Amino acid sequence: MKIIAAICSAVVWGSGQFINKQKLKGLVFFLIQGVLLFIELSTGTLNVLRGVSEANFRNCGYFTKGLWGLITLGEIPRLDSSTLVYDHSIMLMIGGIISTVTLLLFSLVWIWNIRDAYLSRAEIEQGETTSSIGYVKKLWKNSFEYIMITPGALLVLFVSVIPVLFSVLVAFTNYNASTIPPRNLVDWTGFKTFADIVRIPIWGSTFIRVLTWNVVWAFLATFTAYGFGLLVAVLINAKGIRFKSVWRGIYILPWAMPALLSMLTFKQMFNSAGVFNRLLMSAGFINAPISFLGETNWARTVLILVNMWLSFPFFMALISAAMTAISPELYEAVEMDGGTGLHKFRYISLPTILTATAPMIVMNVAANFNNFGAVYFLTSGGPLDPRYQMAGTTDLLISWIFKLTLDFRMYNIAAAVSILIFIMIATVSGFNLMRTRSFKGD
Amino acid sequence: MERNTLSIVKTILTRVLVYTALMIVAVIVLYPLLWIIGTSFDPINNLGRMGIFPQNPTLKNYVRLIEETKYISWYLNTAYIAFMTMFFSVLLNTLTAFVFARFDFKGKKAGLLSVMLLQMFPSFMGLTAIYMIALNFGMLDNLNMLVIIYVAGSIPTNVWLVKGNLMNLPKSIDEAAYIDGASKLQVFIRILMPLSRPIISFIALTSFIMPWMDFMLPRFLIKSADNQTLAVGLFFMTDTRSPTADLTAFCAGAVLIAVPIATLYMICQRFLITGLAAGANKGE
Repeated sequence: MKIIAAICSAVVWGSGQFINKQKLKGLVFFLIQGVLLFIELSTGTLNVLRGVSEANFRNCGYFTKGLWGLITLGEIPRLDSSTLVYDHSIMLMIGGIISTVTLLLFSLVWIWNIRDAYLSRAEIEQGETTSSIGYVKKLWKNSFEYIMITPGALLVLFVSVIPVLFSVLVAFTNYNASTIPPRNLVDWTGFKTFADIVRIPIWGSTFIRVLTWNVVWAFLATFTAYGFGLLVAVLINAKGIRFKSVWRGIYILPWAMPALLSMLTFKQMFNSAGVFNRLLMSAGFINAPISFLGETNWARTVLILVNMWLSFPFFMALISAAMTAISPELYEAVEMDGGTGLHKFRYISLPTILTATAPMIVMNVAANFNNFGAVYFLTSGGPLDPRYQMAGTTDLLISWIFKLTLDFRMYNIAAAVSILIFIMIATVSGFNLMRTRSFKGD
Repeated sequence: MERNTLSIVKTILTRVLVYTALMIVAVIVLYPLLWIIGTSFDPINNLGRMGIFPQNPTLKNYVRLIEETKYISWYLNTAYIAFMTMFFSVLLNTLTAFVFARFDFKGKKAGLLSVMLLQMFPSFMGLTAIYMIALNFGMLDNLNMLVIIYVAGSIPTNVWLVKGNLMNLPKSIDEAAYIDGASKLQVFIRILMPLSRPIISFIALTSFIMPWMDFMLPRFLIKSADNQTLAVGLFFMTDTRSPTADLTAFCAGAVLIAVPIATLYMICQRFLITGLAAGANKGE
């Protein structure tokens, strides 16, 4: 009997529960299957079955069409405006991903429904009965965790997982400027895109150049901002300096100011006609305006300087907090041993500060590695350089991907580079993460 | 005696040096901010002349911003997104973090790790997918779509943060409440939530502030001028290729956002910094 209930539920959801006399529960499962069938039938399959529309996968319902589309990426391109029936490969692909994920969710419910029919029957055969209401209570008690994380999990699934799946899959196609749907069909090409990045010299060398600057930038940006923050914190906390809170209040301003606005403003100020060039010229330092954003070394310097301006206040505040936590007795001990102020800093302050702020430094390097905003809003990756394929000399990998995607439509290359970046970041942070207590803790 | 004079001279000299350095830093910090304020009152829209002290300062940039652009509706749209994001982000993240911090269940570790990994994926390619999903569900040009994406995007970091914080609260508190007959939800709402007020304020604040200056998502998901947000609207005022380029109005608009947001930051700076530091330790 247990098997029969399970088989019934496998075919018509909830029917096993009806056999088990758990009507309410059965009805819920039955309705879920109803929803699934309704979506499939109402989006095309019904018309195909009734012979209203031609019998092919293109005209089928959401799920059938989705799976077909994901596998084939379409069969008919739209050659010109007279083509009425055509396939849009990328729409098919995304539809296919959404329907696959949705089907997986439905199949979880399906498995649950079969398992439940089987287990409930087993209970009945042992002489126990649970009403549907009792079951709901039990479910709430036993599966509280799953119920509570469901909304968050669904949100992450649809808003984060599906886009990432799409990005990963695009890397294995030939979707780029020469195959823009619906005029062209996109095809699965396996690892060809990755092979191209390695094989075609300009792509490979651009990747290496951008990556090199990206790594240099991540460290330089973090350490200059940290160093400046440290210097300012030491200055403010120097003996006998008055109005400490006023100084701190002024210096925290760049952090409080929305960074997007600061960067857009700096872009104007560093313009050839901008205020910095005028100031330098009227002070007699230069005769002709410097093209701050048009020359590689200047543009990189400006990026580092602006990032210092934006980020030092946070480090200053963090370091100040760490400094106030140092016990004065330690300094007194240094004085007793005849140490100078420099000794105090070198042997007491600095090690304490570095230990306290090390995680912040690591996180900042990681954040700067992907600091899209700084590059995009300030230099837009420029200036251009013929040795760089579709990138500028201040481009980071992340802004290069952005250009590849939105300006040049080299989607497959962008996707492949995204995967490479992901592998690099995930490896580094994976190691880092494994070491934290919060993860080991459970 | 001589030694004493020498040390006094040395002290004074050090102080003069330190004060000079502090002044220089203050000028560096304040100059760009004053430039924005100065330019916002500048009657002439000419980058080559803009400075801290405009000639014949005027309010007409502010008037133009409010009367001739959709600045007010950008502001209201962004405020709506910010409040909704804050509310749902706090609700969802604390609840999820509670479950992860307090219960053991199958797939917990895998779930946490995959969520963590997921956010490391560079997301511009994903924009196309998000665009198509919005299109599929009829959510294009819809402010609520942005709220949904921001809330979803806040889950990885914030769940880790709140989870780490909750794990620092002894489990014996919960157990005592369970013995008194409290349900899981009651323990969460009545006991753990009030005890986590600082970290909740932190995630509320960060999820409130984030939408104000996010550029990419509204740029691609919002089509109509009426649903535009501040970041996009202001960005195109600085873009010389854009028909709406207007640098003095941009500065006026920037002042009107920077003042409230900077004030909020200044008021909350202490726990913003401790919150960020806790985030770097992954809630340790």
